[in-house]
Amino acid sequence: MNAYFHLWLIPGLPLAGAAVNGLLGRRYSHRTVSALALAASGAAFVWAIVCALRFAGLPETGLPLVEHYATWIRAGSFSAPFAFMLDQLTLVMILIVTGVGFLIHVYSVGYMAEEGGYYRYFSYLNLFMFFMLTLVLANNYLLMFVGWEGVGLASYLLIGFFFLRDSAASAGKKAFIVNRVGDFGFLIALFLMIERFGSLTFSEVFAKVSSLPVETAGVGLLTTIGVLLMVGACGKSAQLPLYVWLPDAMEGPTPVSALIHAATMVTAGVYMVARSNPIFFRSPTALTVVAIVGTLTAFFAATIGLVQTDIKRVLAYSTISQLGYMFVACGVAAFGAGIFHLMTHAFFKALLFLAAGSVIHALGGEQDMRHMGGLRRHIPWTFWTMTAATLAIAGTPFFSAFFSKDEILWNAYASPWGGNWIYWGFGCLTAGMTSFYMFRLWFLTFFGEFRGPAGATGDHTGHGHAGHAAGEPAHVHESPRVMTIPLAILAVLSVIGGYVGIPSVLGGANHFEHFLEPVFHAPPVTREIMEHSGRGIELLLMLDTTAAAVIGFLLAWLLYYLRPELPSRIAAGAGGIYRLVLNKYFIDELYGAVFVKPLIEGSRKLWHGVDEATIDGVLNASAHSAQELSDDVRRMQSGNIRSYAAWVTLGAVLVVAYVMWRGM
Amino acid sequence: MVPLGYYLVLGVILFACGVAGFLVKRNIITIFMSIELMLNAVNLTFVAFAAHWHVLSGQIFVFFVMVVAAAEAAVGLAIIIAVFRTRETLNVDRVNLLKL
Repeated sequence: MNAYFHLWLIPGLPLAGAAVNGLLGRRYSHRTVSALALAASGAAFVWAIVCALRFAGLPETGLPLVEHYATWIRAGSFSAPFAFMLDQLTLVMILIVTGVGFLIHVYSVGYMAEEGGYYRYFSYLNLFMFFMLTLVLANNYLLMFVGWEGVGLASYLLIGFFFLRDSAASAGKKAFIVNRVGDFGFLIALFLMIERFGSLTFSEVFAKVSSLPVETAGVGLLTTIGVLLMVGACGKSAQLPLYVWLPDAMEGPTPVSALIHAATMVTAGVYMVARSNPIFFRSPTALTVVAIVGTLTAFFAATIGLVQTDIKRVLAYSTISQLGYMFVACGVAAFGAGIFHLMTHAFFKALLFLAAGSVIHALGGEQDMRHMGGLRRHIPWTFWTMTAATLAIAGTPFFSAFFSKDEILWNAYASPWGGNWIYWGFGCLTAGMTSFYMFRLWFLTFFGEFRGPAGATGDHTGHGHAGHAAGEPAHVHESPRVMTIPLAILAVLSVIGGYVGIPSVLGGANHFEHFLEPVFHAPPVTREIMEHSGRGIELLLMLDTTAAAVIGFLLAWLLYYLRPELPSRIAAGAGGIYRLVLNKYFIDELYGAVFVKPLIEGSRKLWHGVDEATIDGVLNASAHSAQELSDDVRRMQSGNIRSYAAWVTLGAVLVVAYVMWRGM
Repeated sequence: MVPLGYYLVLGVILFACGVAGFLVKRNIITIFMSIELMLNAVNLTFVAFAAHWHVLSGQIFVFFVMVVAAAEAAVGLAIIIAVFRTRETLNVDRVNLLKL
């Protein structure tokens, strides 16, 4: 079994693209820059497909396929290699990252055409691909951590891409700093593994973990490691309480939000938890923590999403909420379902962001949904693709997310690893809210009358609606082909992406999860087969969530299409609660008051009190006194030769006197 | 024979005169002569001790001192001439360009 896939090519090509564009791109034309970046990411995608095809021909026994390139660190008995591995989970991830990544590269060519820093943008985007692929291909935690930090860096650079805008610069900083908190937990988990297992290579760590018993009670080693890993995942995947950076990350260009803050990077935490499944399988407590965090995040973020008015922020909170779903799946040890939702989410959420980007593009930078409306006639491609994505995320039957979301909710209810009706109940409520806020966005954007500033005189008045109070949008235009084609491809994927995992209750075979099964090592003792227990219940739950989605749709239809004056009345009626949710529960303000302000105040005290007053003070005082002393002593050197002579004489007399005195 | 003490007292007196002149006088040439006076006071002591102890090295030392004094006189007088040419004075208190 000597298959050698040259896996290094997959992250290597985007790295080369990033290097060439980053170092030389300033001199290149836009065409050259985009050709280079597209070639790099496209070639990585092609190679990932080649690997997938060859992977299909491998015998099961040879997995995971490990390619060892070099030893990175060797210290005592510990060593960390530069090595990539390929198994089913990695394969799914690299296909998502390179596939969606390539489409978003294509889209960016159109979206960023008018922006400055074109080469910089594509260089960062390729750099992000490199780190993300390193993250998912690494065969040990340390190399994974390199990718983990690298995507954080790329995210920081791209959020702050419009760095002249103050809000973008500080959003980048916020993302980076909040992620540091999570990384702290991740690092401690790694240190614990080094100390207890002497290795960070997945196979070795998991082999040692597998020999340990399941920690049923109390907080043992595996629980500690698991919870710390989850802290890391909370930072990267924007879960409670570290989710605050993601909504602000919308300051970046929209394709970046699609690629990094929806489709790929934020799912790194889910990937990491799924990858660490042997640890979580042996710690029900850690699993419970994951499930509770996921449930609360899904619910909490969805409530905020209900009232946001910025189109990208709605999608940002939706992303947080959907990531919560994935963690619920991981928390009930249904890792396959989590990764399944990760994949469908990558399709439909990337599409939602790109379509939102297309709307923003069409309106010349307008992001407030209150100033949109009636756009479906003007930007039909965007409208139809957005519709596909909205139907998908809302959980419309036989769209992709229907399968993945119901798989998660079914597991949340029935999993032998702590599934119960509470997780399911919150999940179902969240599904209803998801449907509501997505259709709200859809109605506000594409239906009704245009509410933005009226168009230039005579521009669009020929439509026969001269009586409109708000007028017609001014220069609304459909995006160029280079943007709509990726939208169309993603729309197709959003619709059919779920068919790889049709659950058996609907007559499918759930290929996707069976494909991933070899990666997830459930302890054999407690392994139970759920498929035979309660098909009726599964169908019933499916109906419930679908009903919730339909109710969400009907509410949105009523409030934002039939009776558009109602929402403001309801908002006025709800008063305090509405303001609370509108202001995102004042979490940012709370963190500001509890963490940021004391830190700033404390730092200021250290700066003025310790650094300036004490350390600088001591140094300055000694320097100052030396200066004073010198100033006095300097006067001896008057320049008057006879006074020097007098000093010499005096000195000689003193020396002689001393010698004579000693001699006595 | 004149006792050693007499020579030493004479040497001290000469040396004290040299020091006093060196400190008090303003004319560079006078100061220069005062230095010579001090050197010769020392020479006198050397010679006196050499004769008293019957050791030659003291007398040889005197030659060295005289050689150095001669070299010093040559250089010193040259400097004095140069100073006089530029400053047109021999008053040491006015040769103060290096003063801070």
